[in-house]
Amino acid sequence: MSKDTARYNAVTHLGDNALILGHRISEWCGHGPVLEQDIAMTNIALDLIGQARMYLEYAGRLSGEEKSDDDMAYRRDVLDFKNFLVTELPNGDYADTIARQFVFDQWHFLFLSALQQSTDETLSAIAQKSLKEVTYHKRWSAEWVVRLGDGTDESKEKMQRAIDDIWMFTGELFTQTDEEKELVKKGVLPNAEALKSTWDSEVKRILDEATLSLPGDEWMQSGGKTGYHTEHLGFILAEMQFLPRAYPDATW
Amino acid sequence: MVETDRIAKAWEVLETVEDPEIPVISVVDLGIVRDVSDDDGTLKVNITPTYSGCPATQVIEDSIVEALDKADMRPFDVKTVLSPPWSTAMIREEGKRKLKEYGIAPPADDAVDKKALMGEERQITCPNCGSNNTHMVSQFGSTPCKAHFKCKECLEPFDYFKCL
Repeated sequence: MSKDTARYNAVTHLGDNALILGHRISEWCGHGPVLEQDIAMTNIALDLIGQARMYLEYAGRLSGEEKSDDDMAYRRDVLDFKNFLVTELPNGDYADTIARQFVFDQWHFLFLSALQQSTDETLSAIAQKSLKEVTYHKRWSAEWVVRLGDGTDESKEKMQRAIDDIWMFTGELFTQTDEEKELVKKGVLPNAEALKSTWDSEVKRILDEATLSLPGDEWMQSGGKTGYHTEHLGFILAEMQFLPRAYPDATW
Repeated sequence: MVETDRIAKAWEVLETVEDPEIPVISVVDLGIVRDVSDDDGTLKVNITPTYSGCPATQVIEDSIVEALDKADMRPFDVKTVLSPPWSTAMIREEGKRKLKEYGIAPPADDAVDKKALMGEERQITCPNCGSNNTHMVSQFGSTPCKAHFKCKECLEPFDYFKCL
């Protein structure tokens, strides 16, 4: 198969979102505030990494180089990763993790709902499958925003700070590269910009319920899709890729 | 062997392959086996993953290959299909009964899951004592497919096979 660069980049971006956020949440394994939430986060991590495999296996086929999903995950460096910056941010405290999950899940649900109608059959199938799982993620993170926001003075203060801190990374969720705009015209990708108003109103509704304030307009950071990452991604890859790089083709 | 016999035999063999996490229910009961057909002498077995990241998926595929191999069903080809996505509606009635006997509350409805969106709690029956007076501890449980419940009558914790 000859390389379809635009499609390869778009599918890789979706796979990298799931892989990097899945890896981040998996870092909570054994460190959750209570057992049930430790289990919840590892379950969400597992779903995301499963979704990442489906995308990256497909991206490997589109690469024109017969790459496997493992090749895609373990044998690319920072500049080749295309995930949103928000997915690579450190876990911080529990409120930071919830805020990151909340803004991502709200986007993820809307995006996958629309991606089900993709003219690309593989993407449509992955979206249909993933959406069912993400419905549970979305409920979980929104419930925690409300519980912490409308909780004690301390939990409210922490949740508000976490939302304020993450806000500058939410603009990127609705950006589109020129390549992606072409794919939108072909019906391969949904128009991400068109999802923003629903995202805005849904996020506002939940923050209202949580008695938290919506951050004002501010400058938005972006760059992940084109390989311009925060300093955090390198550390993730260093840990995630160590074994397959140190012991190539190791099996166990 | 006549083609239809071979397909029937394949289903029989698949009925003996158990889910590694819930060893009372077969992969056929669970709806993981989507389709068995004959393609010019090669037996085509289509299977579908339950949750994307379910670690049991690979084990299940390996077990299916092993069982078909043992039953001399070669040549065969086991393929994973994603669409339409697996749903708890694909679990057979027989499978739901076995889940309940095993102590796992079977999925209450057939579809995902307006309730997950609205945040309402489902009324789930305790598989131990039959009471409806139960409470969801966490929507995520010991495996990706289960939620964690507690019965307020008999006070036993139990797993609920959540709708997907």
